[in-house]
Amino acid sequence: MTACGAALLGGFVTLYARGASALPAQALRPPGALDEDAFLGACVRCGLCVRDCPYDTLDLARLGEPVATGTPYFVARQVPCEMCEDIPCVKACPTGALDPELTDIDDARMGVAVLIDQQTCLNFLGLRCDVCYRVCPLIDEAISLELDHNKRTGKHTRFLPTVDADACTGCGKCEAACVLEVAAIKVLPTALAKGQLGSHYRLGWEEQEKAGESLIKGIIDLPDRMPNGGGVR
Amino acid sequence: MTAASLTHADVRTRWRWKWLLLRRASQLVILALFLLGPWAGIWIVKGNLSSSLTLGVLPLTDPFLLLQVLASGHLPEATALVGVGIIVAFYLLVGGRVFCGWVCPVNLVTDGAAWLREKLGLRARARPPRATRYWLLATLLVASAVTGMAVWEWVNPVSMLHRGLIFGFGFAWLVLLAVFLFDLLVTSRGWCSHVCPMGATYSLLGAASLLRVRADRRADCDDCMECFRVCPEPQVIQPVLKGSEQGIGPVITGINCTNCGRCIDVCDQDVFRFGTRFHNTMEAS
Repeated sequence: MTACGAALLGGFVTLYARGASALPAQALRPPGALDEDAFLGACVRCGLCVRDCPYDTLDLARLGEPVATGTPYFVARQVPCEMCEDIPCVKACPTGALDPELTDIDDARMGVAVLIDQQTCLNFLGLRCDVCYRVCPLIDEAISLELDHNKRTGKHTRFLPTVDADACTGCGKCEAACVLEVAAIKVLPTALAKGQLGSHYRLGWEEQEKAGESLIKGIIDLPDRMPNGGGVR
Repeated sequence: MTAASLTHADVRTRWRWKWLLLRRASQLVILALFLLGPWAGIWIVKGNLSSSLTLGVLPLTDPFLLLQVLASGHLPEATALVGVGIIVAFYLLVGGRVFCGWVCPVNLVTDGAAWLREKLGLRARARPPRATRYWLLATLLVASAVTGMAVWEWVNPVSMLHRGLIFGFGFAWLVLLAVFLFDLLVTSRGWCSHVCPMGATYSLLGAASLLRVRADRRADCDDCMECFRVCPEPQVIQPVLKGSEQGIGPVITGINCTNCGRCIDVCDQDVFRFGTRFHNTMEAS
């Protein structure tokens, strides 16, 4: 009887916990946070990471906020991660929910910046805002400006902020700095932001480089036809 | 009446608050140490009762929190293991549920409910068995293992109250209100003495603790029932106080005794005192 009651109560708590553990896309975990599932097992919600964050970036979720209650998170648009070189939040974590293996902040993966709205991004409109690019702690690595022809004017260049997801730490400085009313560039959870190649896909040019030669021997090179009746080369 | 004519019993009736006041002082001082940082910028203790760091060197971690983390399949870093080791060593000595009586902030809530309940003369409506907490403890560890999450932390009123005071409540006060109303209207001493799995964990820790309340002068008991009235876990007193005929020694060994000392305060016959678990013989009483 008692056991059944306790099991029932425990069951309800578990169901509630599962329901209340979905992380909204705007809520980012601190650097080094384990995968969300493992994080919710390892974090004891003590707030020591919050205390040691010198920029007051982190906060513990209060009951009623859409983040697992008591767990640390930040919202990039409000206060981004400043990517401290000594990573005090990770050092403060007593349980390793923030992985102490993370010693170089550039290896942190809090999310991935995505230039999500090309219709409002000023650089896409042809202006030279560049703010996200300038504030990126990994400028020219995580965000670079790719040159593109401005078809609207026909004679200018557009400088398109382009994120390299392999280098982006998800610190959110770009999202915080975006000058628009609502940021055109946003940090998303990696699982939302990233696609994945089929596991059997091979990129021919990479395989060729690895092998030192083309993997397909004796390929027949067909003649290239030149345009405007230029004949065959 | 002159001072000289006061009998011993009169003095007892006038001052019966020593351990209660010491206990409140302990609860409030510990809470103040945690709050000095966020409220006054004096960082003696950082974190909360789940895990904390004192003066930058002393890590402390709650055993039930750590059990949930372990059950979820995560092996914590050394800091948390050292922290839990220190806590375990301390409560092995002084009695596990000393945490409940002398540290836990929820005790202020549930003691308040118990006080109001008595003032209003409310009767118990439900009497869940006191073993509920152990079944809940076991269920929660299984649930943590199955889900890989520290599940109790979604509802744990103890960590919610402490974290709420230090980091901000949100709607956590609703959980505390529920605990207060449960204790007030449903079950006397309902939360701390029947349900709380955190207290249950501490009770297991204190099974062999050195510091104990002893009923050394139980022969003087005049059956006034005051100790039963004030005790949050009266089942620990009963066998000892009335146990001399069954050959039970004078040491209160029940693992759910919180060492709150309220029985020592209220007893006009000075039956109880703090002592060790040793000399638990019939001759000692």
